[in-house]
Amino acid sequence: MGLNEKPLSTLHEKASYDLADFEVPAGREEAWRFTPLSRLKGLHDGKAVAEGHVKVDVDAAPEVTVETVGRDDPRLGKVYVPADRVSAQAFNAFEKATVLTVAREAVTSKPTVVTLTGAGDGAAYGHLLVQVEPMAEAVIVLDHQGSAVYADNVEFAVGDGATLRVVSLQDWQDDAVHVSHHHARLGRDATFRSFVVTLGGDLVRLSPSVSYDGPGGDADLTGVYFVDAGQHLEHRLLVDHSQPNCKSNVDYRGALQGEDAHAVWIGDVIIRVAAEGTDTYELNRNLILTDGARADSVPNLEILTGEVAGAGHASTSGRLDDEHLFYLQARGIPYDEARRLVIRGFLGQLVEKIQIQEIRDRVMAALEAELAR
Amino acid sequence: MSTLEIRDLQVAVEDKEILRGVNLTVKSGETHAIMGPNGSGKSTLAYAIAGHPKYTITGGQVLLDGVDLLELSVDERARAGLFLAMQYPVEVPGVSVSNFLRSAVTSVRGEAPKLRQFAKDLKNGMDALAIDGSFAQRNLNEGFSGGEKKRHEILQLELLKPKIAVLDETDSGLDVDALRVVSEGINRFRESGETGVLLITHYTRILRYVKPDFVHVFANGKIVEEGGPELADKLESEGYEQYTKASA
Repeated sequence: MGLNEKPLSTLHEKASYDLADFEVPAGREEAWRFTPLSRLKGLHDGKAVAEGHVKVDVDAAPEVTVETVGRDDPRLGKVYVPADRVSAQAFNAFEKATVLTVAREAVTSKPTVVTLTGAGDGAAYGHLLVQVEPMAEAVIVLDHQGSAVYADNVEFAVGDGATLRVVSLQDWQDDAVHVSHHHARLGRDATFRSFVVTLGGDLVRLSPSVSYDGPGGDADLTGVYFVDAGQHLEHRLLVDHSQPNCKSNVDYRGALQGEDAHAVWIGDVIIRVAAEGTDTYELNRNLILTDGARADSVPNLEILTGEVAGAGHASTSGRLDDEHLFYLQARGIPYDEARRLVIRGFLGQLVEKIQIQEIRDRVMAALEAELAR
Repeated sequence: MSTLEIRDLQVAVEDKEILRGVNLTVKSGETHAIMGPNGSGKSTLAYAIAGHPKYTITGGQVLLDGVDLLELSVDERARAGLFLAMQYPVEVPGVSVSNFLRSAVTSVRGEAPKLRQFAKDLKNGMDALAIDGSFAQRNLNEGFSGGEKKRHEILQLELLKPKIAVLDETDSGLDVDALRVVSEGINRFRESGETGVLLITHYTRILRYVKPDFVHVFANGKIVEEGGPELADKLESEGYEQYTKASA
């Protein structure tokens, strides 16, 4: 296990805007060993020329300022510095970035929906910056649809005392490839709620990360995924506690069915020396519904201070519990329905946390469609 | 009128023989108590009849009104009119009690109950068993106390109205108040005279509330003595020792 051979914190220390600082991954690197590089369609080795299109439509709340800016906009790249090859590739290749800004103390009256639709005509690169200024509150939905070979970086700057809720839906068509980094930087007493739902795509590799700029930050990262035959859905979480008295909670759950359905979940939490009073927990659960599906789940917790309020992690991957099915069947509920009830319960507990009813209903409907397959 | 007929039932768990030829007939309107020491195979009988995958049937038949239950899947047995109240009902995360009960009632009746009628039946059932209304929204058995789980099993019994109910140590772990409430539920269920009850218990205590017509003593995987309610009194005073010695 490579992760245990060297201190975890060195894993994420490399960060650069310069593509040349990152070697083309060969597949054995710790950060890439689970990802089938041959299916990245050149996003990792420079062969994916930006000749395709992913259309970005923003349906914004009136309190949100929407801008489309060029590469030279000085605000870009301030929250997140690329930490791997594909991220750096995306940062160097995007042409236009979308910037959403919520002014100080503004509270948005409705969710702002960013729809990213792949045209299926080749590789594309993108960049999104969401700035939530101090004491403001906003809800952002990222809705990924269509067919694409797409790499992007998404920056969330959550100001002091601000609250940002993000739902990111990866509802791509079956052939899509998507590699994405979502980074949230939390100001003092800021609140960040991320809800990731990954259902579609041939290969999706999403890396949500969180850092703290001051004490009192609170991050909650939830994810639901449903992996069908042949799909590779990978989520790589990183929470870097560098400030005292911050909280983080990670809960990702997925169901897998079909031949070569592959889920990867990496959950890294670093509690640095200064981060006294940190309270963190990370959890990943996988429900493996058929033979031929595989879940890799690797939680890592590195604690560099002796003064934590709480730190824990858990990972379970298993099949449907025979006792659950027996109990439901013993009440007359047929096997298929009993199975659906249990899976729906397993994932639905998380879906209930989505506060926007339309999105919640859509996610449940999408999960129902997966269950009906 | 319904009849559950267990004929020479033999059951193994992982190649270990547990039931060694059980014969028993339960008819509508009858209550049979099966009593026996720990490890005698009482619960195996219950779970084997219900079709738990852990148990392998190595011989015999279980007929419900002439239909061999052993040929049916677990849910088909339930829909045929069999009910098993479990000793340790499992917790099912994310599945609410009301959703579960509606699914179960729909499956057993073959059609969805009218919402208003169902809500009323559910409320009445819960009131009668002193189950707080908030339980309907809770996850199935999750965080329920032992007594709450058992009351919830009896609630299901009353809603599903099976032809034959097998109650596996429903009395275990109950305090006197909960035992009384649960027993009243069983008695309401028996009242119609249209259902048969197979009550599996280690203790005679519940038999003071739920009077059996027949008592069977189970030891070493089979019935070793049968009689009327007076047999329970004998067990109360003498215990199981003579049976465990006899079979050893």
